[in-house]
Amino acid sequence: MTFGYQLKRADFIFKNENDWKEILRNNLSRPPHEVINELISSELKGRGGAGFPTGLKWKLTAEVVEKTKYVICNADEGEPGTFKDREILTKVPLKVLTAMTVCAHVIGAKEGYIYLRGEYFFLQPELNMAIKEFEDYCREINFEFKIRIFMGSGAYICGEETALFESMEGKRGEPRNKPPFPSTYGYMGKPTVINNVETLAHTFTIFKYGAKRFYDLGVQYSRGSKLFSVSGDTPKPGIYELELGMSLVDFVEEFGDGDTKAVQVGGASGFLVPRKRFVETTIGFQGKLTGISLPTGGSMMLFNSSRSMYNVLDNYLEFFREESCGQCTPCRVGCQQLLNGIKAVKRGEKNAQYLEKLLRLTETMQFTAKCGLGQSVANSFSSIVENFREEMIY
Amino acid sequence: MAKKIKITINEVVVEIEEGTSILDAARQTGVIIPTLCYHKDLCVAGNCRVCVVEILGQKRLSAACATPCEDGMEILTNSYKVRNSRKHIIELLLSEHNADCTRCYKNGNCELQKLASDYKIMTQDFIRLVEFKNYTIDQFSPSIIKDDSKCIRCQRCVRTCEELQGVNALTVAYKGDRMKISTFFEKPMNDVICTNCGQCINHCPTGALVEKNYIEEVWEAIADKSCHVIVQTAPAVRVGLGEELGYGPGARVTGKMVAALKRLGFDAVMDTDFSADLTIMEEGTELMTRLKMALKDHDPDVKLPMATSCSPGWIKYIEHMYPEYLDYLSTCKSPQQMFGALAKTYYANIQNINTEKIVSVSIMPCTAKKFEANRPEMHASGYRDVDYVLTTRELAIMIKQAGIDFMKLDDMPFDRLMGESTGAGVIFGATGGVMEAALRTVYELVTGREVPFKNLNITPVRGMEGVKEATIKIENPLEEWKFLDGVELKCAVAHGLLNAKKVMDSIVSGTSNYHFIEFMACPGGCLGGGGQPIPTSPEIRRKRAEAIYAEDAGMELRKSHQNPEILKIYNDFLVKPMGERSHHLLHTKYYPRERF
Repeated sequence: MTFGYQLKRADFIFKNENDWKEILRNNLSRPPHEVINELISSELKGRGGAGFPTGLKWKLTAEVVEKTKYVICNADEGEPGTFKDREILTKVPLKVLTAMTVCAHVIGAKEGYIYLRGEYFFLQPELNMAIKEFEDYCREINFEFKIRIFMGSGAYICGEETALFESMEGKRGEPRNKPPFPSTYGYMGKPTVINNVETLAHTFTIFKYGAKRFYDLGVQYSRGSKLFSVSGDTPKPGIYELELGMSLVDFVEEFGDGDTKAVQVGGASGFLVPRKRFVETTIGFQGKLTGISLPTGGSMMLFNSSRSMYNVLDNYLEFFREESCGQCTPCRVGCQQLLNGIKAVKRGEKNAQYLEKLLRLTETMQFTAKCGLGQSVANSFSSIVENFREEMIY
Repeated sequence: MAKKIKITINEVVVEIEEGTSILDAARQTGVIIPTLCYHKDLCVAGNCRVCVVEILGQKRLSAACATPCEDGMEILTNSYKVRNSRKHIIELLLSEHNADCTRCYKNGNCELQKLASDYKIMTQDFIRLVEFKNYTIDQFSPSIIKDDSKCIRCQRCVRTCEELQGVNALTVAYKGDRMKISTFFEKPMNDVICTNCGQCINHCPTGALVEKNYIEEVWEAIADKSCHVIVQTAPAVRVGLGEELGYGPGARVTGKMVAALKRLGFDAVMDTDFSADLTIMEEGTELMTRLKMALKDHDPDVKLPMATSCSPGWIKYIEHMYPEYLDYLSTCKSPQQMFGALAKTYYANIQNINTEKIVSVSIMPCTAKKFEANRPEMHASGYRDVDYVLTTRELAIMIKQAGIDFMKLDDMPFDRLMGESTGAGVIFGATGGVMEAALRTVYELVTGREVPFKNLNITPVRGMEGVKEATIKIENPLEEWKFLDGVELKCAVAHGLLNAKKVMDSIVSGTSNYHFIEFMACPGGCLGGGGQPIPTSPEIRRKRAEAIYAEDAGMELRKSHQNPEILKIYNDFLVKPMGERSHHLLHTKYYPRERF
C-alpha cells in the first residue's frame, strides 16, 4: 500500500491499551496545571468538528471555583457519514474512560457521563462491563469517580453540547443561548467539560507518548492525527487514522474509485469539494497553508460521476429539515425553504435566479441561527449549489 | 451595586450595569430593537432571532435579548447586515404563518403584522409553507381557540403556561418542520389540564391563541326585542377597558363603561361588584362557621384552611391537580355565577319578567369565566345562569363596532337592585382583594369593631408579591364568638397558579397552618386576567392595581355588609347567609378531574 506524500497513516487510537492503569495512575498523581499545559502544548483541538482547543477547555473549567463539576463524553455521533466513535467505544473504551478520569482529576469532578447515541444501544452491555472493570480499579487506587451511560433517543441536535445537557436534564433537547458556556454553566448548571469520544482518545495518546510526539504529527494549526470515516464511492470504506493537513488530492488518490467527482468533507454540515479544487484543499483547522482548509468531524464521503449532486443536496436538506430542533426561526423555516426551494427550481416552478435568493438566505441562517446546526446548513448548500449549479436546475 | 461598564450602541457611548442584556441596554438609551419571542413576564428564549444585532468583530449576529453586554462592546442595531437578516427572518416567519390578516381575530393587534408593516414586506418571495401542512383549528374549548397555522413557535405560551402558571398544558411537540405547540397526546384544549386562564392568549404575539368570542350572539340577543338582556361587569374590567379605547394603563372608566353598555342596548346594566359583596357575606359566614366547628366544636371533619372559590381558573386547576383537597374550597359560587343565578330568579321576580326571556351577559377580565358559565352545575335558576361571557377585549370590540366615541361619553350610574356596590366589591379585581374584603367584614362581625388597619387598608395582602401572608389577632370578640378570643387568624394570598401550587404544596406537606387563603389563577389577580387588554406586563398590572385601590378609596361604602342592596336582598329574598335559598342558588360543588 503506497500513500501520497501528504497522506500519512498514524496508528495510535486503536493500538494496545494494556497500560491504561499505569497511565491513569501517573496522570492522577500529576498536578492539574501540568496536565493542562501538556494538552495545551500538544495543540489538540476538539475532534467533534468545531475544533475548540481541548487544553483550554479543561483549563477554563478547572479555574471555576465550584464544588460540583461534571465530565461528559459526547458519544452522540449523529453526523451523517461518521462512524468513528462507535469503533473507539467498541475497541478501546478504557482509553476514553481513562481520559475522562484524568479530566475529572484536573477539573475536580466526581461524576462523569457518556452520552450515547440512541442508535448505539447495542454498545451498552459491553461498555458497562468496561466501566465496571474501570471503576473497580479506581476504587483500588482510591480515586472517587463515577461514570454512567446516558442513552440519547436519536435526535441529531442532542449532539450539540447545550442541547445534550438539556436532554440529560430530562428536558427537550434544544440548544441554549450562549453565553454562558459549558465551562461555567453546563450540565445541571454546573461547570462541565464536554469532549467528543475521539478527543478523549487522543488525550490518552498524549498522556502516553507526550505532547511533542502528538504535536509533531500534522501541520501548523492542525496538529496530530485524526480518525476519518471514509464512505461513499470508494473501494475501501472504513475508518482510517491519518495525519491532519493532508491534501484532498492525495486522499482521493488513495481512497477514490478513479472517478471521484466530489468529496463531502465533514458530513451533511460540512463542505462539498468538487474535483477541480481537490489540489488546493487541505484537511485541517483554520490557517490556509495550501489553499482552502476544512475542519471536519471526520466524515469523508466520496461521490463518483454517477451521482446527482441535486439528490445529494436534497438528501442533506431533508435531513436538516427533520433534525432541526425547530426552536429558532432561521433554522426551522430556513431548512424548509431551502428544501422546497431547490425542488421548485428543479421542477421549473421557480426560475434559476431563485437559487441566489436561497444562497442569501443561507447567509442569514449562518449569521443568525442559534446553534451550529442552523449555522452550518449554509456550508453544504452553498458549496453544492455554487459548484453544481447546472445539476440543480436541469 | 453592579459594576458599570461602557459600551457603544450605534456609535453612541453608553454606560450601563454589567450583565445587562443588549436589548435592555438599547431600550435604556432610546434605541428600539424589535422582538417577538421576548416578553417581560417570561424568561429569555432567544428563539425568534428578530432582535439580532451586530457586534463589531464577530462574524455572526447575536440575539440582543439573550446576549449580555461586555465592556467595550461595539454594537450596531441597524447595520446593513442586521437589516437584511432581520428582514429575512420576518419573511421566513410570514412564509410559515397563515397571513390571512383581514380574516384574523387579532388583525390590528398582532406583533408579527406590525413587524411586517414596519419592514414593509410587500412581496412573497419565499414559498408559502402553510399549504404544505394539515392544520386543524382546535375550537373545542369554550374559552380558547388554538390555530396552529398562525403560530410562529415563539413559545411564549409554553413559557407562560409553565413559568407563570405551572400548568404545562401547552408544550412543544415534535422537531424540525413538524415542531409545534401542543397538548398531552395532542388532545383538544378542553380535554387536558388547561385551566382556561387565558394567560397564553395574553402573551401570544399573533392570532394563534385567541378567546372564543360571543360578540355576534350578544348582538343578536340585543336585537331581539322579546329578550331582556341584562349585563354585569366585573371589578377589573373598569380598570382595563380604557386601554383598548384610547386611555393609558390604569385609567378608571367605570361611568363611561356603564354609559357605553347602555348605548349598546343592554336592557339593564348592573354590577358584579354587587355579587362580590354578596360573596363576602356568604364566604365570610362560611369561614366563621368553619372556624367555629374547628375551634369550638372540635369537629375533626371540618376542613381548614378554607380556600376561596372566585377564580374559575383556580377551581379547574385544583380539580385537576389536588382533587383530594376539594373539600377545602369554599362552596360559594363566584360572583359571576351568583349574579347569574339571582338575575333569573330574584331580579326576574321583582321586575316581573319571564325568566325564559332573560339573557344574562357578563363582561369579565377572564376567559375561564366562559368555561365556568358553561359548567353543567351552573343552572341553579332552572336555566343557564349566565348565557354569554364576554372578555374586556370583546366589549371593547362591540363599543368600537357601535361607533361610540368612548372618551366623550358622560359617566352614568349602574341600574338599581343589583348595581350597588362597596369598595370591598371593587377590590375583588386585585390580588388580595377578596381577602381584604372578607377581613373587613369578618373582623367586624366577630368583634363589633372595624378591622384595625388605617383607613381599612389591609396593606399586607396588597401588592404583587407572589405569595403574601397576614396574621390578624382577634381580641375582645362579641359574646357569640368568645372562643375566638386571642386567636391569630392566619391568612395567605396567592396569585398566578405557580404561586397557588407553592401554597397548596405547603398544605399537602403540612408545613403551613393557615385558616383562610385567597387563590387567583392570574398574575395580579383578575386585573391581570386572560381576558384583559393585550399587552400585559408587570408595569401595566401595577397601574391597574393602583386604579382598583383608588376606586375603593373613593367609595362611600367600603364594607360588603354595609351595601344597602345586600341588606335588601337578604331581607326580601335570601333570608340569611348560608340559608336554604343561598345554599340552592349561591353555592356549588366541585368535581375531580384527570391530571393531564
